[in-house]
Amino acid sequence: MAVKEKPVAQEVQKPGWKSIPIGGLILRGGTAAEFHTGDWRTEKPIWDGEKCTNCYLCWVYCPDTSILLEDGKVVGVDYDHCKGCGICAAVCPPKVRAIEMVPDRD
Amino acid sequence: MGNSALANEAVKSVALTGNEAVATAMRQIHPDVVAAYPITPQTEIVQIFSTFVADGLVQTEFVPVESEHSAMSATVGASAAGARAMTATSANGLALMWEVLYIAAGLRLPIVMPVVNRALSAPINIHCDHSDTMGARDSGWIQLYSENAQEAYDNLIQAVRIAEHPEVNLPVMVMMDGFIISHGMENVFLLSDEEVRKFVGERKPHYTLLDAENPITVGPLDLQDFYFEHRRQQAEAMFNADKVVQEVADEFAKLSGRQYEFFEAYKLDDAEMAIVVIGSTAGTAKYVVNELRAKGVKAGLLKMRMFRPFPAARLREALADIPAVAVMDRADSLAACGGPLFGDLRAALYSASKRPLMNNYIYGLGGRDVTLDHIRTVYQDLEEMLRTGEVKREINYLGVRE
Repeated sequence: MAVKEKPVAQEVQKPGWKSIPIGGLILRGGTAAEFHTGDWRTEKPIWDGEKCTNCYLCWVYCPDTSILLEDGKVVGVDYDHCKGCGICAAVCPPKVRAIEMVPDRD
Repeated sequence: MGNSALANEAVKSVALTGNEAVATAMRQIHPDVVAAYPITPQTEIVQIFSTFVADGLVQTEFVPVESEHSAMSATVGASAAGARAMTATSANGLALMWEVLYIAAGLRLPIVMPVVNRALSAPINIHCDHSDTMGARDSGWIQLYSENAQEAYDNLIQAVRIAEHPEVNLPVMVMMDGFIISHGMENVFLLSDEEVRKFVGERKPHYTLLDAENPITVGPLDLQDFYFEHRRQQAEAMFNADKVVQEVADEFAKLSGRQYEFFEAYKLDDAEMAIVVIGSTAGTAKYVVNELRAKGVKAGLLKMRMFRPFPAARLREALADIPAVAVMDRADSLAACGGPLFGDLRAALYSASKRPLMNNYIYGLGGRDVTLDHIRTVYQDLEEMLRTGEVKREINYLGVRE
């Protein structure tokens, strides 16, 4: 397989200390969603809609808010924010096993 | 005392302890929030202040918390919400505040805190030394030390203006010596409530947590890409504080007739030998300077007021030409290379073309009395240094039993 070199992302020039708000302030609220903690993940939950019984245990136990619901049904995982802790897979009932953790190191 | 103060009808000389003077200054500053926990010898400050609250003399929200960690945390929250917030502590109380001290400074909150200096445990001791606040010297707080109750009163009022200055936005701690000053009674000249109210003005925060129209995020995660820039801003605020501290002192002098500098140079101009000291011991040492001057000995003294930021260039200018200098530390860094003032002063003098012979005295730990005789022996050592051109012993422990 031919190895293609990935283009190096152009480092965005970030502002210096003279132009940013003091004390680490962010001059807006609700900014946590913009911080993609999914980057920290080394394992990834794979959710299987065929097996899922919509018991919501994963949704209750997720320490983030990364189990996505739509119209009262589980529809998947928010990979932008899921840190891959594996709690959802651990609480998924043994007879269901709708969530499986797989390596995610790319 | 200058003429302008005497001409001022509002000037009242009142017999007060240091704690009473500081509590009075707090009443006149009239902070929005005070969160505090008692600890000897600071207890009286917040006890007296809470009486002012109970008597309706101030409309301050008084939060009696369960620890100093909570006291500083509540003060941080209140200050971030836009309030003028204060607390007070001593020794182990300050130690328990430790992590939150850095948070107050890092969030750039202009909190003002009187600290009554007391030795740190163990062994447990409630009396004066400076080991508590000297330990906090790198926490990012501005530090002003006071020789007596008058200076503690005056420094506290000035601290509000220094802390809240838009080019500073840093917390300030104002120190006085435990029991010696906090519980000793002296005549203190008070400003009128109106004068203090006008001098400190209203806090005008740029951003507040309670401004629902303009929401902000306080204390977000700040990693490799921005933390360093915020630390650089903090350093800049400390550089700026130097200018602001003097501006505020000059304005305060117009109001009170009492002029403050970064340090007090006492008979230093033509001095051949000098003691550098912090706090109430300066008074004892001045007495000995006068005694020596009467005998024709060119003795002088430098009393530190501002320790953080450290006025290095000014100290270099004041001390470089004096042939022999003794630095007195009422705290031992236990670094086996002298006390904190000694270390910083020697660093400040390193770049001078001519440097004094210097030695260090660790003294007065745990409230050990500092007598005229102790100070006399220091000047005797300085005379010997002058005569021999040698520092016999660099680090000395003054007034300890062998």
